Amino acid sequence: MGTERLDHQPPYRRRVNTVFQSYALFPHLTVEQNVAYGLRVAKRPAAEIAQRVAEALDKVKMTAYAKTKPSKISGGQQQRVALARALVNRPRLLLLDEPLSALDANLRRQMQVELKSLQREVGIAFVFVTHDQEEAMVMSDRIALLRSGELEQVATPREIYSRPATAYVAQFIGHTNLLKGDVRGGVVRCASLTWATSLPDGQALFSLRPEHVGLVGSGAGVSGGDAVRVRGRVLHQAFHGATELIRVECAEGLVLVVRTASGAGVQNEVELEFSPADAVLVRESPERK
Amino acid sequence: MFSRAYKTVVTVPPLVWVTVFLLVPYFLMFCYSFWSVSPAQAIVHSWNFDNYKELLQKTVYWQTLLRSMWIAARVMVFSLLLGYPLAYFLSFYAGKRKDLLYQMVIIPLWVSYLVRAYAWKTILGSDGVLNTLLQYVHLTSHPLDFLLYSPFAVVLTLTHIYTPFTILPIYAALEHIPRSLVEASHDLGATPTQTFWKVIFPLSIPGVVAGATFAFVLSLGDFLAPLLLGGPSGIMISNIVVSLFGAAYNWPLGAAISLGMLVIVVSLLFLSERLEKKWSFS
Repeated sequence: MGTERLDHQPPYRRRVNTVFQSYALFPHLTVEQNVAYGLRVAKRPAAEIAQRVAEALDKVKMTAYAKTKPSKISGGQQQRVALARALVNRPRLLLLDEPLSALDANLRRQMQVELKSLQREVGIAFVFVTHDQEEAMVMSDRIALLRSGELEQVATPREIYSRPATAYVAQFIGHTNLLKGDVRGGVVRCASLTWATSLPDGQALFSLRPEHVGLVGSGAGVSGGDAVRVRGRVLHQAFHGATELIRVECAEGLVLVVRTASGAGVQNEVELEFSPADAVLVRESPERK
Repeated sequence: MFSRAYKTVVTVPPLVWVTVFLLVPYFLMFCYSFWSVSPAQAIVHSWNFDNYKELLQKTVYWQTLLRSMWIAARVMVFSLLLGYPLAYFLSFYAGKRKDLLYQMVIIPLWVSYLVRAYAWKTILGSDGVLNTLLQYVHLTSHPLDFLLYSPFAVVLTLTHIYTPFTILPIYAALEHIPRSLVEASHDLGATPTQTFWKVIFPLSIPGVVAGATFAFVLSLGDFLAPLLLGGPSGIMISNIVVSLFGAAYNWPLGAAISLGMLVIVVSLLFLSERLEKKWSFS
């Protein structure tokens, strides 16, 4: 961190604090004493402790509960106390280990917003561990996507979504169509689909987001003369609120998932189109244990 | 939810047991303590407070009671000093050997109390293992006689016997501490020593209180260790009760002392429960 090596230091000397998944608040101490813990063990003067604890509790709006034991407050409140307890030490980095996984969906969304604004306010890096792709997309400036302990890609949410590096990343974040193609002489062949490419000859794997596939004649089609078109039969339709996901079976066993606007009266037989530019080349993800 | 017959079958036997083996004896003891013994060694069933007056007036009973409490207090302290580190090691550092070591704490409880008390006799006696060894290495020229038939021998033996009773509740309390709290403490910059005193120890207090209560209460009422190893200076209150019910044939006075002990022990248990509640956070 900065120019320091962290792995050579015992955890209690690192200027990194953690918000634990279970919050790990000390049950025998009050909210206030929990927050003061880090400063007390660092033997800060009492006046400074009192002031910084008060500030930290104020920041997470828990001042009213200062004298309460953790068992008497709700999960969301415990979460705030855990945050205050970590931030009061002015760490240079804050680790959050799935901090919102124990909260219900509503509270969770609310805390996501609060955490984000809190992070901007204190201006330090938050490393936020989550299994929730959407949460990662909403909250991050940068996402490090790990698979079995190994990095697949580090990038902004936008880049992760629009330019996934590997097939695993493409499938993990959002829906996608993985197209395995054969490149020969500047032409990609995937089942009955073909389009021009500048790739060298060989096998290639492409990720094509469902929203980049349009229905011909629906008005939401793809512009440009090089659009790839294919006919198919609708297998399945799933309602997702503003949009619908449709699975379409094309020739030679190819199945494409298409995102359309809800209620765009879809027939049994449809013609699909997409722009080759939206088929993003991805690395094959090797099978891992 | 359960049928009436089922409830009857389940609740009646324990009730009968408690009545026959606990309430009736206590009631009889209560009655005896207000009766007296005639010069012809017969129980006189006339109600009076003479036994209690005698208890309060004769210093021998007070002294013995105080000595018993002093012995019990030392047993309690030594058991905790030995038991806590062991329980702590068992819970936090024993790793794969945890089960084996736990069994080794339990195993001494399988051996008869009497055998263990006698074992100390062979160790501490003037021809015992310890004295022989001390003389062999010329640390002493003649056998040390304070080792056996002394309060020292009683405290040592009772500590040996009751330490497992302190280890088990402390171990249970330590096992209940979420390890994430220890991690959190380190994360917040506490050293292992600070973590122990600020997190682990406070959270183990209910176990310590339970263990201390076991050691103190069980030692206070003990009569075998002082009988076998205590000598005249190591007599405890239960030995007096035994002799009053036996050789002296003064059941009423013995019953009065027993009831006094009962009051002390019940108060202690009550106090200990209050303390445990005050310090429990589950």
